[in-house]
Amino acid sequence: MSTTADAINAVKARFDVKVDEYRGEHRVVVPRDSLTAVMTLLRDVCAYDLLLDVTCVDYLNYRGATDRFGLVYLLANSTTAARLNIRVMLNEPELTVDSVVGLWEGANWMEREVWDMFGINFAGHPDLRRILMPDEFTAHPLRKDYPLQGRGERHNFPSITRDQA
Amino acid sequence: MALAIPENVVVSKLDELANWCRKNSLWPMPFATACCGIELMATGASRHDLARFGAEAFRFSPRQCDVMIVAGRVVMKMLPVLQRIWQQMHEPKWCISMGACASTGGVFDTYCVVQGIDRFIPVDMYVPGCPPRPEQLIQAIIDLQDKIAAEGTLTGREFKTAERQQPKRALMELPILGQTPVFPSRPIRGGMARPDTNSQGVG
Ligand code: SF4
Repeated sequence: MSTTADAINAVKARFDVKVDEYRGEHRVVVPRDSLTAVMTLLRDVCAYDLLLDVTCVDYLNYRGATDRFGLVYLLANSTTAARLNIRVMLNEPELTVDSVVGLWEGANWMEREVWDMFGINFAGHPDLRRILMPDEFTAHPLRKDYPLQGRGERHNFPSITRDQA
Repeated sequence: MALAIPENVVVSKLDELANWCRKNSLWPMPFATACCGIELMATGASRHDLARFGAEAFRFSPRQCDVMIVAGRVVMKMLPVLQRIWQQMHEPKWCISMGACASTGGVFDTYCVVQGIDRFIPVDMYVPGCPPRPEQLIQAIIDLQDKIAAEGTLTGREFKTAERQQPKRALMELPILGQTPVFPSRPIRGGMARPDTNSQGVG
């Protein structure tokens, strides 16, 4: 099995997925519960052995959108350079998906970043801590309902005067 | 009454002697966090040659430095580091805020970028520009030398004046939303080297 079409057919045959195509790029929308199974199939059978990126899109107030978050996995086949875009749609309050760290070690920090920026919870992640923001930060700043200028966190420090130094 | 002064002896004040020594051997602490740091490096390199002003000895240990040059934007995760390094420097010490980002946050008005380091540490000189040219930074160092020569004392009494202890203008004029102001509003007096009060212009 080598082509993207073959891989998509294999996934379609076993899972309830939605596939669309835009300018030769294929996007497969996978239900939340079958993510691990789909990823295992793609990695082990269809040779999509490289996880390029894990990221997320917040569709709040997006024209025509029905789901709040779109979790994005970019896969590549390292021999044929074929690419595949896997997406999992999430809605509050069920913002938990299974971690893929068991399949790709490299997903560790990418999932931490998605947790930090969007507050998506990855079940089974070995070390789900914030990666960019300080540990005591409470918000998830890339969500669209978080104000661009923050909620005053950037001013929340003591001011040092001359005689304190 | 004639006082017999031998040849090659100059009479001065101890304060002046200390100022003369200090201002001509400023050791910068390069706190270069972003693109302004490149101009800072250019200032120290051969073309602009900061050594002409006695400030070429960049040291990465705060214990050895006199003047901290904050070159670049400071994010909220970096600010505690900045404050700690500032506190680790020995008196007498000065701070130059280089560029729009260090002075005001610049174009980065976002949740994580500190809107001006002078809210949190004392600043002596502001250098406008994005990035400032090396000439502007050199001008700031020359102005800082003038400032040291004009007001410095051997024991550092000038750092203890009421004006120096005054909270920064940004904190007084822009209280943080939803919080009661830490400092009561007070009129601003001269004495601090703000860009608008510094008639020499820093660049
Ligand atoms: S002032 Fe301009 S050059 Fe300097 S750090 Fe900010 S963006 Fe970069």
